[in-house]
Amino acid sequence: MTTTSPTGPARGGGRVVAGRLPWVLVVPALLGLAFLVLPLAGLLIRAPWPTLLQRLAEPQVLEALRLSLVTATIATAVCLLLGVPLAWLLARVDLPGRRVVRALVTVPLVLPPVVGGVALLLVLGRRGLVGQWLESAFGVTLPFTTAGVVVAEAFVAMPFLVISVEGALRAADQRYEEAAATLGASRWTVFRRVTLPLVAPGIVAGAVLCWARALGEFGATITFAGNFPGTTRTMPLAVYLALETEPEAAIVLSLVLLAVSVVILASLRDRWVNAA
Amino acid sequence: MTASGLRARLVVTRPAFRLDVSFEAAPGEVVALLGPNGAGKTTALRALAGLTGLAEEGHITLDGRPLHTEPPDRRPIGMVFQDYLLFPHLSALDNVAFGPRCRGASKAEARRVAADLLERVGLAAHAAAKPRRLSGGQAQRVALARALAVRPRLLLLDEPLAALDAHTRLEIRSRLRRDLAGFDGATVLVTHDPLDAMVLADRLVVVEDGAVVQQGEPAEVARRPRTDYVARLVGLNLYRGTGDGVRVKVGELLFSTIEQVDGPAFVAFSPAAGALYRTRPDGSPRNLWQAAVEGVERHGDNVRVHLGGPIAAFVDITPAALADLDLSPGRQVWAAVKATETHAYPA
Repeated sequence: MTTTSPTGPARGGGRVVAGRLPWVLVVPALLGLAFLVLPLAGLLIRAPWPTLLQRLAEPQVLEALRLSLVTATIATAVCLLLGVPLAWLLARVDLPGRRVVRALVTVPLVLPPVVGGVALLLVLGRRGLVGQWLESAFGVTLPFTTAGVVVAEAFVAMPFLVISVEGALRAADQRYEEAAATLGASRWTVFRRVTLPLVAPGIVAGAVLCWARALGEFGATITFAGNFPGTTRTMPLAVYLALETEPEAAIVLSLVLLAVSVVILASLRDRWVNAA
Repeated sequence: MTASGLRARLVVTRPAFRLDVSFEAAPGEVVALLGPNGAGKTTALRALAGLTGLAEEGHITLDGRPLHTEPPDRRPIGMVFQDYLLFPHLSALDNVAFGPRCRGASKAEARRVAADLLERVGLAAHAAAKPRRLSGGQAQRVALARALAVRPRLLLLDEPLAALDAHTRLEIRSRLRRDLAGFDGATVLVTHDPLDAMVLADRLVVVEDGAVVQQGEPAEVARRPRTDYVARLVGLNLYRGTGDGVRVKVGELLFSTIEQVDGPAFVAFSPAAGALYRTRPDGSPRNLWQAAVEGVERHGDNVRVHLGGPIAAFVDITPAALADLDLSPGRQVWAAVKATETHAYPA
């Protein structure tokens, strides 16, 4: 087999004769691929295609779907509102202990979501540090409400947005911001009229990832917001519940989430999949 | 009147580098900071704009007011960056209108000012174009219009022609000269190209290794270089010696000149003023020395011969003379320069 690599270093005559592929690498690679693809294929094979539309139209399914879409969208909006300024702070301001702050931001990324849910309960629960005060001062209770779902989803999904936007901010040419400053733009004007448009693609990518993560959130949601139909039972919770009583419904719900993931992946194709 | 224009001492310290340059620029005057890459010219310009912090002993005064205490967005400056940095998401018109908008003009007013300026630089037809649709020359002119739109008292240009190809460069250079002549504030321009500096500037400030090594009018600097770098830029042979009347001793050699200098002195002559001989010539009084040919290169229509020996020198000869002399590296020749073409001035 011969290959030429246009971007690689030129080698002699331009034709590279590759040796035999080492099976030590090829076999595990193929196994790994199968491991990732087969479950998804199983989902498609076992799907009750003839009754699919009918099952999708069931009130509980529609309710869970609507709740998931609404909460994930609100959570994404919250993440944008708080996460973009946070990313800007991390990327542009010489904070003392910036590394520590950045590490803290990424904690929810690696934290088991259930632990996140417990932590949220301890702080925002009715007897939590902040929750107590929220209830007495404003009469607001978050746990086991739709707002609680949004809080749980935003907690888990925000790091995706912050990291993505911070990366975009670091990659953006800061000299445009300097040029704007020499034209008399205050830092807020620079951010609004120069920085934001320049990193808009990064923000969109971050928001989509954030939304996808929020949509699939399970652990923190069930821990902090519970599992009440209509108010806190989102799609992933519904899938889990249906699996025990009505496996075919679980498959249908899973298919919907799979379809959403595929759409997201396709929309981010250029940015993430082909990044290397 | 002494208070108007720019007076600056720019001091910037970095771990392995220190910039300390002082210069002035009168209103309407164009001052070029000329120097090799890494000399600190761009750092000086950024310090004027407030994008790089000044050390304690630095100061900038513009029209009698201290500038170094203001942040960049409060300084009455306009800056043209090396690669222009037009905002890619805004049209040419909105790029130019950006400054007036930031300084409080209404949207309509800012756009009117911007349209006027684009008209003046001959780009009214490209007002709606995004920067990526503009040629290098057009982008440069939009960048200039954008900098002038804020009615600055100090205009800063960082290598304004470096990003252009040789073709457009010529035309844009002369347009830029006209535009700068029409600007009534002080202008500081940074370049490493002596031609740009000579054409555009009223005064040159030569910066090497973070310090001013020479300043003066372009003609003066070109005639009397004071460092090897400047001598190379303006194409002269330059030596440091000791003057004694109309003679200057450079190492072992004694140069006769037409100027009188005593004490430390520079001697300069043009490579074109030199002549080469295979045997010792007789006749008219000249400065004569024996040299070894180190190399030969093309130089315009002529040939530039690099000489070693008691002094290193360049001498330009015609291709015909090259053939006659049969010069090859290592050959010994006699080099001569007339006294009338040898200039001496105090070091």
